[in-house]
Amino acid sequence: MSYMVPPGLYAIGTPAADDPVLVTANYKMSYDIIRQSLTGRNVWLLVLETYGINVWCAAGKGTFGTGELVRRIESSRLAEVISHRRLLLPILGAPGVSAHEVSRRSGFSVSYATIRAADLPEYLDNGKVTTPAMRELTFTFYERLVLIPVELVQALKPVALIGGVLLMLVALLGDTASGVAAFCAFFGAVLAGIVLGPLLLPWLPGPSFALKGAAIGLFWFGFFYLLAGGDSWSRPVTLAIFLAIPAVSAFFTLNFTGCSTYTSRSGVKKEMRIALPVMGGVLLICAVLLLAQRLL
Amino acid sequence: MKGFRYLKEVSTLQLDQAACVGCGRCLEVCPHQVFSLAEKKASIRDRDACMECGACALNCPVRAITVDAGVGCATGLINEWLQERKLRAPGGNCCS
Ligand code: SF4
Ligand code: SF4
Repeated sequence: MSYMVPPGLYAIGTPAADDPVLVTANYKMSYDIIRQSLTGRNVWLLVLETYGINVWCAAGKGTFGTGELVRRIESSRLAEVISHRRLLLPILGAPGVSAHEVSRRSGFSVSYATIRAADLPEYLDNGKVTTPAMRELTFTFYERLVLIPVELVQALKPVALIGGVLLMLVALLGDTASGVAAFCAFFGAVLAGIVLGPLLLPWLPGPSFALKGAAIGLFWFGFFYLLAGGDSWSRPVTLAIFLAIPAVSAFFTLNFTGCSTYTSRSGVKKEMRIALPVMGGVLLICAVLLLAQRLL
Repeated sequence: MKGFRYLKEVSTLQLDQAACVGCGRCLEVCPHQVFSLAEKKASIRDRDACMECGACALNCPVRAITVDAGVGCATGLINEWLQERKLRAPGGNCCS
């Protein structure tokens, strides 16, 4: 399956020289949504090369950017195809595009239309005026859900590695069953942090993502305790698992700030300055607890 | 954003009102309604809502806005810190 659409100029319906020009990324999903929401209309669609990445992320990286836009205007000979000089861009593309730079370099003026493609028909009918609702960002359950698969895939390698090492260490120090149990505890903590944390985001306590992650980790600890027969664990082991699971979940939920559309870099930095030493400390305590349990 | 608020008093957003020409571009690009405009001058209405995306700074024609925009996830920041200390080759980013 391909996530990319070749960049260039596309026609939706049979647009004439004076019909509007929309700009988007060559992420298949953005492209399909725009086509769908605009069926029955005549508009031009200028697709930029963002290597299959959505507008928001590509703008952050600069691939959905001033340079690519200006180049694409030239290579598609847009100026010869249409009679006006106005481009309509998604609002979330603005972190990569400098409107005045584009007009200085290409002669085209840039208007930021809407955040969501679904609002485009209304925007066009509205005389190309953006209503407050069209520029208000949302972060719905579904919008969070679709981000999770990529996060999972990205975490897979390090998680498999750390999980494998953990399994072997515990199996060597104790027995195989404990190794497998430790792996399950760890893997569950990762899943809780990556999947449940983001999904339950608004209902988890506090503004801090690390705390939200720790909270969902505690929930998994409770579940794991019941599942794995926690009442047979020794005190140090129980304490170690109780500390380690929330720390692991917290890290992965904190990582979701990269996908969220309301967290600031400075805020995440602040969280990390506190959270990383705490997590490190917690893991150290766990190691000491488990070793002590083994040696004493 | 409705239903979502992040940490308070962390955003690095700064606006030089003296330089502002009141074009309204920052209001147009900001997805969190951080700015307001009155008498041809923009002002910061809600700094804590700012997610430091950098759209306003990049689109202000007179460079009246500054903000420390960039990678905002845990692994991205760790990679950046490691790169600053030359412990890791450049690359790696949030939201692939
Ligand atoms: S974009 Fe710059 S000049 Fe225009 S209103 Fe905002 S601060 Fe003022
Ligand atoms: S950096 Fe982004 S969120 Fe912050 S004020 Fe500027 S446009 Fe709005």
